[in-house]
Amino acid sequence: MWRTLDRGTLRDIALVCLANSLVAVSFGAIAVTGGLPAWVPIVMSIVVFAGGAQFAALGIAMAGGGAVAAVAAGLLLNARLLPFGFAVADILKGRWWSRLIGAHLTTDESVAFALRHREPALRRASFWICAVAMFVSWNIAVALGTFAGGFVGDTAAFGLDAAFPAVLLALALPALNDRGTREAALIGAVVAVAATPLLPAGLPVLLALIGLVAAVRRPALLEAETAEGAVGAGRKVI
Amino acid sequence: MSLLAIAVLAAGTLAFRLAGPLLQDRVTIPEPLRRLLSIAAVVLLIALACTAALTQGYGFAGWARPAGVLVGAVLALRRVPLPAVVIAAAGTTAVLRLLGVE
Repeated sequence: MWRTLDRGTLRDIALVCLANSLVAVSFGAIAVTGGLPAWVPIVMSIVVFAGGAQFAALGIAMAGGGAVAAVAAGLLLNARLLPFGFAVADILKGRWWSRLIGAHLTTDESVAFALRHREPALRRASFWICAVAMFVSWNIAVALGTFAGGFVGDTAAFGLDAAFPAVLLALALPALNDRGTREAALIGAVVAVAATPLLPAGLPVLLALIGLVAAVRRPALLEAETAEGAVGAGRKVI
Repeated sequence: MSLLAIAVLAAGTLAFRLAGPLLQDRVTIPEPLRRLLSIAAVVLLIALACTAALTQGYGFAGWARPAGVLVGAVLALRRVPLPAVVIAAAGTTAVLRLLGVE
């Protein structure tokens, strides 16, 4: 399978894994410094394996929100994986266990790499190599992060509470190039911040989905030019 | 986060991922829904970032944290690599607190 892919693609996959590993290290470290036991980020990374949802659930849990709100936010974020599953369904034909593993390893990145190619063998190779490399590097990096986080004492003095929102913004900002997304996100952010003093923790973030009304009311904004464009818009959100 | 909460999140996530491979012959996802789901993900992440940057409990988080996040955001927009973004954000907040800004 390695031979199927050209060097450029392999290099790109390695770079994506490296970048995501840095996010994963911060995930592990932030969870531990936020007061959670080390097994929580480690187990969550293995069984959920979706960075955005992991951060969302973690953030709401650390803000004192209930488990229901944390799980709801994570699931709403992961709803975008639904169309991705259809986009790579042709790759995931075959035995039930390879379907199951392939589905679990489906991420924005592995789908994006699969969609770069039309030829079935190349699509398969890109998807599987990216998916497995991401899973291994992501989980090792999370474990390293929990280890490193254990050494940090006073998190406020180190300004680590600023690291979490900074990571989230860095992940989501590229997607704001798109006008419809930007308007929806702006409205959502204002609503969420304004609602924070009034509602129990966790709910304000879910209330941000009101921003989607702005996108729905202008149907033209919902038309991505190509299927690849739609994945491209989601790709920046891990 | 309890083990049960993590298990529910994991099961739901796997269901989203498995639906395509299992139902591909019977169902197609309309393009507007596809797009709506990816916008929803960004809306949630931005809202989470803003509430985490500005609020603590039910009140304002103080100036040091949002100032650090702002520095991180500006660097991220300039395509500075993520580790530098994180260090700059945390460093700014830490220095401001050292100077007595809360």
